[in-house]
Amino acid sequence: MNFYAIRAIYFHEMDRMRRTIGQSILSPVISTSLYFIVFGSVIGGMIPELDGVSYGSFIVPGLLMLTLLTQSISNSAFGIFFPKFTGSIYEVLAAPVSSFEIIVGFVGASATKSLIVGIIILLTASFFVELKIQYPLLMLFLLVLTCLTFSLFGFLIGLLSNNFEQLQVVPLIIITPLVFLGGSLYTIEMLPEFWQKVSYFNPVVYLINGMRWSFYGASDINIFISVVSLVGFLIACIVGVAIVISKGYGTKT
Amino acid sequence: MQNVVSIKKLSKTYDNDFQALKNITLDIKKNEIIALLGPNGAGKTTMISIICGIVIPTSGSVTVDNFDIIKDYRLTRSLIGLVPQELSLEQFEYVFNNVSYTRGLYGKAPNPSLIEKILKDLSLWDKRHSRINELSGGMKRRVLIAKALSHEPSVLFLDEPSAGVDVELRQEMWQVIKDLRNSGVTIILTTHYIEEAEAIADRVAVINKGELLVVDNTSDLVKSMGQKTLLIELHEAIRTLPSKLERYNLTVLNNGLSISYNYDSSSKQTGITSLLQDMKETGLKLKDLNTEQSSLENIFVELVREN
Repeated sequence: MNFYAIRAIYFHEMDRMRRTIGQSILSPVISTSLYFIVFGSVIGGMIPELDGVSYGSFIVPGLLMLTLLTQSISNSAFGIFFPKFTGSIYEVLAAPVSSFEIIVGFVGASATKSLIVGIIILLTASFFVELKIQYPLLMLFLLVLTCLTFSLFGFLIGLLSNNFEQLQVVPLIIITPLVFLGGSLYTIEMLPEFWQKVSYFNPVVYLINGMRWSFYGASDINIFISVVSLVGFLIACIVGVAIVISKGYGTKT
Repeated sequence: MQNVVSIKKLSKTYDNDFQALKNITLDIKKNEIIALLGPNGAGKTTMISIICGIVIPTSGSVTVDNFDIIKDYRLTRSLIGLVPQELSLEQFEYVFNNVSYTRGLYGKAPNPSLIEKILKDLSLWDKRHSRINELSGGMKRRVLIAKALSHEPSVLFLDEPSAGVDVELRQEMWQVIKDLRNSGVTIILTTHYIEEAEAIADRVAVINKGELLVVDNTSDLVKSMGQKTLLIELHEAIRTLPSKLERYNLTVLNNGLSISYNYDSSSKQTGITSLLQDMKETGLKLKDLNTEQSSLENIFVELVREN
């Protein structure tokens, strides 16, 4: 195992976060804080409790998931796409590094960045709403698993993207609507019956509800199903990335 | 001399059916400087990209220090340094960090003093805290060389190292390359500049349309394939050549004041003695004699044209 290479890639990517701290940390924290202020404190005060918690507290897991998903995907996709775009990917490909080591370096850094953002958002949320975490270890487990899974997914997108437009398509056109329609700001029970059924086809519903259960011990979906869904998607991403990188799609000719 | 890189029947056909390499076989000797000469699209970059692991070969095999580049990729790649043709660098990084990053990729422990030495040797030490986008083109090219040397490779591939580099810097770069060879590194460089190959390469391999046309010592190639020209200056200008001299395919130059005669210096009979004898018999008076060796450039152009 080439540990020095993993370390080099990891810190090289973390260094990118340091150089772009405004975009990497401040931007998601500010935009999520605005949600807490508007929906949590201002509008939330006029909405009755949901699942026994105030509306402001209720939306914390959903907004946390929204940020984790979009940040993990964009960090990781950009992390591998940028060297492809500049051509500097040549040195990773020409180095004595296995596909696994490349993935660990890039995805590890991306997941770390998302984790940092997630923790800051939780701390920020505590300033605006009352925050109680019923199962902190489960919450941490889901936090790490989500960061890892969606960083892998983002890595896959970055590998397969040939231009900046393709890089943005999945996060903006697919993930963001799925999160907003996945119960981040409401419970599925509030929807008409037909849309409730449609919602069960939205994979993000399971993630948000899993996270919400770790916070409040209540959600629309059984926690076991949520965890299994997340682990299933993680496995699918591992297989996808392994196939793409071993065949050299998007990197080698 | 021991071979350090052995290429056997290497072929590459890209997805768009373009055949970039056709059955190339080439041995590269330890501690030599070999220049891969060829026009654009000849297959030079594809060849070195395959050896370095960036491009997947269609068929054939390559060994580096007797290790297979696919099966033993960790071993072979750790021996190789690559300076790419394009200035492929992350523009917002600092020089020292970026060079150190490459060393890490190659599985080597951080060694700031070695990086310092490399940067000093390449006149980049003053720029160690500069961002790459603040450097000139020549400096960026040197950063790429520093990165390629950061893990102390024994085989160095330089893909068009002089592209976009001014004359003074080119001379400096040649000196760096010669110094590296003297320190035990085998150098494989691709170049468009024949002058560069003539100046620093021990051997030359000419590639065109994916085929290896010739491989030889630079001086032997010039000697064996090059023609020599005898320039004869006359005392008095001539209007036409005497019929006795027609068989020599002479060219009249300089308004009849000079005659040139092309001959093969490696041949047993160059024809010079009989030409001079015949000239004497036709009454032509000689003022001066001069010989010129055709350059590697002439040979290269001729080879590529024939192919």
